[in-house]
Amino acid sequence: MSRQPLQSTSASPGWITPRRAADAPLASPRSNGVLTLADHAARSRQELELTPVLEEVSIQLACRELFKSYRKGNIGIPVLQGISLFVERGEFLAIVGQSGSGKSTLMHLLATLDQPDAGEIRFDHHRIDNIPSAARDMLRNRHFGMVFQFYHLLPEMTALENVLAPAMIAGGVLGYLRNRAAYRRRAYELLEMVGIGHRAKHKPRELSGGEMQRAAVARALMLKPKLLFADEPTGNLDRASGESIMRMLAELNDREKLTIVMVTHDPWIAGQADRTVKLVEGRIAQG
Amino acid sequence: MYKLLLCWRYLRTRYIALLCIVSVTLGVATMIVVNSVMAGFTHEMQGRLNGMLGDLIVRTRSLDGALDADAHMAKIRETVGDVVVGMSPTVHVPSLLYMTVGGESLPRQVTLIGIDEASYASVSQFGEFLQHPENRKQLSFNLRDEGYDVLDHQVPAEEAKPREVMRDAGWKYRSYKAMLAKQRAADEKRLRELREADAGSKADASATPATMDPFAAAAAASGEQEGRDFDPATEQHTGIVLGIGICGFRTPDGVDHYLGLPGDDVKVAFPLAVMPPEIVGQEYTVVDFYESKMSEYDANFAFVPLKALQKDRGMIDPKTGVGKFTTIQIKLKPGADADAIRDRLQEAFPQQLYQVSTWRDEQGALLAAVQMETAVLNVLLFMIIAVAGFGILAIFFMIVVEKTRDIGILKSLGASGWGILGIFLAYGLSLGIVGAGVGTIGGIIFVKNINEVADFLGWLTGQPVFDPSVYYFYKIPTIIEPVTVICIASGAMGIAILSSIIPAIRAASLHPVRALRFE
Ligand SMILES: Nc1ncnc2c1ncn2[C@@H]1O[C@H](COP(=O)(O)OP(=O)(O)O)[C@@H](O)[C@H]1O
Ligand SMILES: [Mg+2]
Repeated sequence: MSRQPLQSTSASPGWITPRRAADAPLASPRSNGVLTLADHAARSRQELELTPVLEEVSIQLACRELFKSYRKGNIGIPVLQGISLFVERGEFLAIVGQSGSGKSTLMHLLATLDQPDAGEIRFDHHRIDNIPSAARDMLRNRHFGMVFQFYHLLPEMTALENVLAPAMIAGGVLGYLRNRAAYRRRAYELLEMVGIGHRAKHKPRELSGGEMQRAAVARALMLKPKLLFADEPTGNLDRASGESIMRMLAELNDREKLTIVMVTHDPWIAGQADRTVKLVEGRIAQG
Repeated sequence: MYKLLLCWRYLRTRYIALLCIVSVTLGVATMIVVNSVMAGFTHEMQGRLNGMLGDLIVRTRSLDGALDADAHMAKIRETVGDVVVGMSPTVHVPSLLYMTVGGESLPRQVTLIGIDEASYASVSQFGEFLQHPENRKQLSFNLRDEGYDVLDHQVPAEEAKPREVMRDAGWKYRSYKAMLAKQRAADEKRLRELREADAGSKADASATPATMDPFAAAAAASGEQEGRDFDPATEQHTGIVLGIGICGFRTPDGVDHYLGLPGDDVKVAFPLAVMPPEIVGQEYTVVDFYESKMSEYDANFAFVPLKALQKDRGMIDPKTGVGKFTTIQIKLKPGADADAIRDRLQEAFPQQLYQVSTWRDEQGALLAAVQMETAVLNVLLFMIIAVAGFGILAIFFMIVVEKTRDIGILKSLGASGWGILGIFLAYGLSLGIVGAGVGTIGGIIFVKNINEVADFLGWLTGQPVFDPSVYYFYKIPTIIEPVTVICIASGAMGIAILSSIIPAIRAASLHPVRALRFE
């Protein structure tokens, strides 16, 4: 299996360090990160005026002026520096960029797994970046599906139970038991659809990488999400498995008009998408 | 739903957590055993203490007693008559009891108690402890012909070790012994006459007067008809009921041995209720044993008829014929507040002359000691369970760390912090239920079979674990109190939950992204 590991933080591109070093003397130690942020916010204000009106009917997900930095001690490491983008309904969007450019961070923000330092995110025209955590949990559970590079299946559960997990989370005990038969039927259908119906009773450790990723896709689709996020879904797979996963995503987008936001560093994979956005140094690269 | 499923899967796959609740299990089991045995002992002891003493005791501070029990009882009835079920006056006097064993006189210190046969049964279960079935129905201070219990009637027949010598007790034994004594006396007399004849032929009339027969002197003192010989084969002295521990002992194998039997005569020396002080000796015939199974009582108390003791101690006013008493035993209605009644009675009787106490006051030190022991053991054992709690805490933290990524996954699928919290709390609770449940069942099984276990340990070590000669029980008494068991089990479960709360909160508050990126 040709393994292409996700770039780890230790291999961040060299520019981050000099840039931060240049900023540091200007900033008071107390508000280092904030200053950098405000700085960037001011600079991208003109861009804001240029961005098209987001409240178009066809736009499902949009973000404006997203800033995110990770704090290490009291130095802030800026990762996202003013990201604005939108995703249309039924669109297959690929976000590309080098490892460490902040793609995963951006996806986590869009999927409400994390909150931005500044900026806003709208889903179906509603702000979702500042809503209560219960509402965000609900959103992830019912409306978003997520596929990760490392599959992220629960090792104690079988493939079938993993696919059922969103339904179990959604309904509570009684709600789940009431619809158990329907849920199981749907889970089996999904496993058939992704081609591992015969593997339903297997634990993740008994499955190959490709099979695990298929189960992960089935799980993401369990509650019929409106939006599918995929973070380097092929990053850990050999070419053949990766291609079949991509075919599956493309087909889902094609036939079921499922909106997909996919993150990848592989230009060839990104080529399967309708549109590509390039992330460089925590910003959207023009063109 | 995922909570239950995951909790179940974690239980099934993480045996290390089950290991750490073994200490909870052991702690719970030990606590149940200790409490059951302690409750059993306390109950047994209370039963015996209360069985021997009345619920309430009015005692004169003077050993010589006070006149007129009837007047006192009338006053008691007047003060607290609504709750009094029965009353009986008694005379208590410390005395020396002389038993003749193998020709040797064996003095023992006892408390001689004069009881009123008619009313004593209304305040005490004294009668139930006697060895003759007829005496258990109605106490009589007359020696029975035979029929004393060979098997202890207070324990199941199959567990009692037979006391074969008791088969002989009674008149038959007494007559036989008297006959032997008579024969020996006759032999001695002949021997003496022979010697005297021998000595007389040598040194004529310097014959020493024969030493006075002590029995004859005692008989004379007890007012037996002068000029007529007391025939021990057909007559008895005043009856005395001895504690079984006074003239019996039990060897570690549980077999009882006796220094004397009903039918034997004993001598008792006690002070007269007069000034200047004077000691008299009095002969009594043992008519029965009582066995309360409180070794303290069984080795200390001897009961004689009240009237006889009053007379012997000079406690009867020669003019009016009214007797003195030292104690009035009072039986209360069940459920009556003994402490409050004691206080009311104490107010009615001058404190410098009378002391009013409950049976609990009398044996307070003993009961308090048992209670104290139970409390200390409980604290110690609960600490063991608390220590086990820290084990759970540590292992839960480990599991949370191990499951960090899974927690991130669950959160990415929309599980709430509360849901994650729920998984680990449910996990802690199920561990607690398993630990406490197994401990409870194990403890109860142990308690039910504690005597078999003790026997087995005794057999294994060659040393009896439970020595019946020490406790006067054949078996270890146990009482399983459901409330105690429930408290212990829920306490252990509480500790398991408490110690899973902190790791659970930590799991719930994990940041989803950080958890997902966790390697
Ligand atoms: N928890 C964190 N603390 C500090 N820096 C982080 C943290 N997570 C990510 N980063 C940094 O953020 C940058 C972007 O990471 P990521 O979004 O994973 O990039 P990508 O997915 O494009 O490879 C990296 O340089 C990484 O070192
Ligand atoms: Mg990434």
